[in-house]
Amino acid sequence: MTTVSSSAPDRVGESPTRASLARRGSVFLYRHAKVRLALLLSAPLFWLGLVYIAALVALLITAFWTVDSFTGEIIVDWNITNITKVLGDALYHAVTLRTVGAAVLVTLIDIAIALPIAFLMAKVASPGVQRALVIAILMPLWASYLVKAYAWRSLLSQDGVIDWMLGPIGGESPGYGFEGSVLTLAYLWLPFVILPIFTALERVPDSLLDASSDLGAKTGRTFRHIVFPLIVPGIIAGSIFSFSLTLGDYIAVRIVGGATQMLGTLVYANVGVANNLPLAAAVSLIPLGIIFIYLGVVRRTGALNNL
Amino acid sequence: MRLSLPSKFLLWGATAVTLAFIYVPILVVVLNSFSTSKTLSWPPPGFTTEWWGKAFTNAGALSAISTSLVVAAVSTVIALLLGTALSFALHRFDFFGKSTVNLLVVLPIALPGIVTGIALNNAFRTMLDIQLGWFTIIVAHATFCVVTVFNNVFARLRRVGTSLEEASSDLGAGIWTTFRLVTFPQIRSALFAGGLLSFALSFDEIIVTTFTAGSGVQTLPIFILDNMFRPNQAPIVAVVAVVMILIAIVPIYIAQRLTTTDNR
Repeated sequence: MTTVSSSAPDRVGESPTRASLARRGSVFLYRHAKVRLALLLSAPLFWLGLVYIAALVALLITAFWTVDSFTGEIIVDWNITNITKVLGDALYHAVTLRTVGAAVLVTLIDIAIALPIAFLMAKVASPGVQRALVIAILMPLWASYLVKAYAWRSLLSQDGVIDWMLGPIGGESPGYGFEGSVLTLAYLWLPFVILPIFTALERVPDSLLDASSDLGAKTGRTFRHIVFPLIVPGIIAGSIFSFSLTLGDYIAVRIVGGATQMLGTLVYANVGVANNLPLAAAVSLIPLGIIFIYLGVVRRTGALNNL
Repeated sequence: MRLSLPSKFLLWGATAVTLAFIYVPILVVVLNSFSTSKTLSWPPPGFTTEWWGKAFTNAGALSAISTSLVVAAVSTVIALLLGTALSFALHRFDFFGKSTVNLLVVLPIALPGIVTGIALNNAFRTMLDIQLGWFTIIVAHATFCVVTVFNNVFARLRRVGTSLEEASSDLGAGIWTTFRLVTFPQIRSALFAGGLLSFALSFDEIIVTTFTAGSGVQTLPIFILDNMFRPNQAPIVAVVAVVMILIAIVPIYIAQRLTTTDNR
């Protein structure tokens, strides 16, 4: 048993007092597991608790305050104006619906794209090809989010790649707007959806698939009745990412969304231009609430263990 | 699995299309950084390295790169310390509220970036009255980087177990000696991989950064975002974007190699 702190050297032969001090510390810590635990936990918990949990609680509290419309200063004046405004205003209803709609669309697109490639990676490809594909999927996962959104800005632009590709067959780029945002967001979160589905598929025993085909089931039937039910937790795990990330996004929407408003852009506008932090805090509670509901529903399926 | 020929064909086709979907946009950015067109019209009318030269003498881009490097380095050091301590605590001990602590680590990346961003922005500005700047960016980045270090080190601890350490203390080594000679060498590459991932994560982060950076400090992603909507800056932005892909991808690639060779 040991601790992380290695500050005190205990090389035998160094000055005897230092060595014995380190020795005594070592013996003390060895005997007192609780002290070891406390030493390990205190700094991280202090940081995460103070920085993060306190900030989340503060956000909740701020939503009940107001902003002085003349000075722009925040006034500690407990009321539920912001909450009722966010819950009652037609604008917020429309934007919430649009954002949730985008999140659902993005999730469905990603699952549809992810299933074939994940299946091929897990069950069809040779080990070498499988490794290469995993790396090919992982690399862009870590390529900058911003760069990827920027890439779609140039793809979707007038005279951009999509116009150039679709032009000959009479199509054109959807341009900057809701469709562009959904496409870009689906692109951004795709690796997050592929990987959990791939992991789930890998866990499906090959023998089950063989048994199914031995019993005469065709590929499609095996997939529907054997594979799919087994990988539902993986699909849900992936959907958590695409759903939650879409709800909270505002940069991609700003880059390729044109004038499209989503919950994220509303929050950002209230923090920046309108300088109304309490209202922004109230708006940000909507995606937070939706995600907690989603997570609560999903928890029952056991998908959270697949994250 | 045995597949009928058409379904095999379909699967490989879908995979090829997906890979194209993933890589074409990135390739387009790379090509655009060499395009002679200032508006980045496609196909590029010609190729030039002019923008690459200009980007490397662009004061804003250079200072943004160094800002991002410093922020990523400092947050990674903090994340390494906190993440390692946490992974030891959660691996070696059973205590009340363990699962809550586990959730707490994941929360900063599980919640949407905008919630994390506005929560920290609000905490710094209205609650603590701290001016947004270097300090607030680093605090924010370190907070969501902890989880990458934690994941790597925790996975390693779970794999190597504690038998070697027990052997070490049975042979009379104290806690420090055991850590230095037994535990640390076992987790070294996991620390390195976790650190690299956390560095890349911080280097790329934009959403939380826009809420915690204030107006004085410009990281590379903020530089790109600010210049993206300006006319005539498009080629420079494309160059910086490619630089950003390279700076992020190289550490990731090394980290991947490290963890996969260890696993074999």
